[in-house]
Amino acid sequence: MVQAGAPAPNAFWRRALRHRSFTVGALLCLVVLGAALLSLVWTPWSAYEIDVASKLRPPSSAHWLGTDVLGRDIVSLLLVGARATILVGVIAVGIGLTCGVALGLVAAAQRGWSEELIMRFSDFTFAFPAVLSAIMLAAVIGPGMVTSITAIGIFQIPVFVRVTRGSAGAIWAREFILAARAAGKGRFRITVEHVLPNILSILIVQATIQFALAILAEAALSYLGLGTQPPQPSWGRMLNDAQTLLFQSPSLAVYPGAAIALAVLGLNLLGDGLRDLLDPRLARQR
Amino acid sequence: MSANDHPLLDVSGLGIRLNTSRGPAQAVREVSFALKRGETLGIVGESGCGKSITALALLGLLPDSAVVSGSIRLDGRELVGLEDADYCKLRGNRISMIFQEPMTALNPMHTIGHQVAEPLLRHTGCSAAEAKREAIALLDRVGLPDPVRRFDAYPHQFSGGQRQRITIAMALACKPDVLIADEPTTALDVTIQRQILDLIADLVAEQGMAMILISHDLGVIAENVQRMIVMYGGTVVESGSTDAVFSRMGHPYTQGLFRARPRLGARKGMRLATIAGTVPELADLPAGCPFADRCDLVIDACRAALPPAIEIGDGHQARCIRTDAALARVPVGVVA
Repeated sequence: MVQAGAPAPNAFWRRALRHRSFTVGALLCLVVLGAALLSLVWTPWSAYEIDVASKLRPPSSAHWLGTDVLGRDIVSLLLVGARATILVGVIAVGIGLTCGVALGLVAAAQRGWSEELIMRFSDFTFAFPAVLSAIMLAAVIGPGMVTSITAIGIFQIPVFVRVTRGSAGAIWAREFILAARAAGKGRFRITVEHVLPNILSILIVQATIQFALAILAEAALSYLGLGTQPPQPSWGRMLNDAQTLLFQSPSLAVYPGAAIALAVLGLNLLGDGLRDLLDPRLARQR
Repeated sequence: MSANDHPLLDVSGLGIRLNTSRGPAQAVREVSFALKRGETLGIVGESGCGKSITALALLGLLPDSAVVSGSIRLDGRELVGLEDADYCKLRGNRISMIFQEPMTALNPMHTIGHQVAEPLLRHTGCSAAEAKREAIALLDRVGLPDPVRRFDAYPHQFSGGQRQRITIAMALACKPDVLIADEPTTALDVTIQRQILDLIADLVAEQGMAMILISHDLGVIAENVQRMIVMYGGTVVESGSTDAVFSRMGHPYTQGLFRARPRLGARKGMRLATIAGTVPELADLPAGCPFADRCDLVIDACRAALPPAIEIGDGHQARCIRTDAALARVPVGVVA
């Protein structure tokens, strides 16, 4: 028989450290976070200084990964770019997650006309591409990181509304919800205590996917001049700058691309790991 | 006690109209019964006859689109049309329910201790430590081995029978006045069934609760309740004390149900009796007796209107205008 018992905080961390994808994911995320924090105090070169004379240098002892078309140091750009990536990803997904999950839970709990209202509203928002809402926002508050974060965040809301409504609706149909209602719990308490914990794993996985999409959307918006403004670097901007030089120096696209890929991979692994660790049914105890 | 004379739970003329995809359906009509403190009532009938929906109506847990008519009184207080917030204070506290599927009636994400202690914290206002102590005592009472150590275990770490014991502990946590057990043993092994039913019976007697036991199993009903009602097509076709009904079945449907049960010691090759036809769709129930199409005693008058409940013994009623003919044929019942 399995060992019974709620995992104490210590036991949780012991299991977490043994969970391979959780540890690898956490490590990758820490690297990205570390890079962003490091850039606040130190970069090998200034990420803003233009030195056209030494443009497109190959990797050397001075510039570890070479320089870009304006002679800026790639390593420094990557470090500083991590900030924008984290900000956009975390805040935009945060906006989408909080608003979307709240609305989705309300829709699933209330049904009826409030559900219709929320779902049609989210369809309406979904019909606007992030780019379009970013253009509209830029017209009002001007282009910049705030614009792109808000636009991406708003674009994420309907995604989370739908995922939440769908999975919460399935939980509401389960018998333990009926049992909880028979025990005298109201809709709000059932939502918080029974529905939310049961859809958490789906939301975590969805959030990591959305985080990756947010990074890419930020790249697209920066390319259109609506996101981070030059000279502020971001991985998305670097990728788009490299696009015109793809034949002369393909490595310019490889570095930010690899950085994005690693960040997304790290988040996905972290998300998977969290899902396993938070689900008592998957918590294999040896 | 004189307080025992008036019914604890009084259901009269209960009707439930559901909105289905096939239009409105009168799922339950003219259901009436009364239950005194400490009394046990069985509801028997086949799938789709309105047993479970009647139970949900008592708890106010029908879908929002359902229309309830008639009256449900708990201690004289009308429950039909009660605000949900007020109903929440009754559910789990004064009326509670044990469900059919122990495998799905527990939230997989919470420890069982949490789930048993929860109603205590919610309804009695005791401290967390008291609730835990009480919950452990409850789990011990329902026969869960080693409740102290297993308090923090999750539902998936228990077997079906153990889980049903846990849901019983949850339902009984606040010492409700009325316990509704909706086919509590259908999902369990036969050997476990007996233990669970005995446990429920013991606890009901111990706490002086009234119990409504819903089952499609005549054997379970015969052994566990004092009074019974037989439901068919959303209405009560026969009601009375368990002894009276089993010794003198007055409704053709009850007789058919009894003949159709398998028996030990029946001769080899003997076929089980069946009731011809199928249960009518709730969406298009006939205006008259719902059993008319399957009844061998049917006359034209049966189809004209829902027959009234006819007294055929002391507190024993059958909703049939052909009761005389039904009673006159080869007697059906345990005395036969």
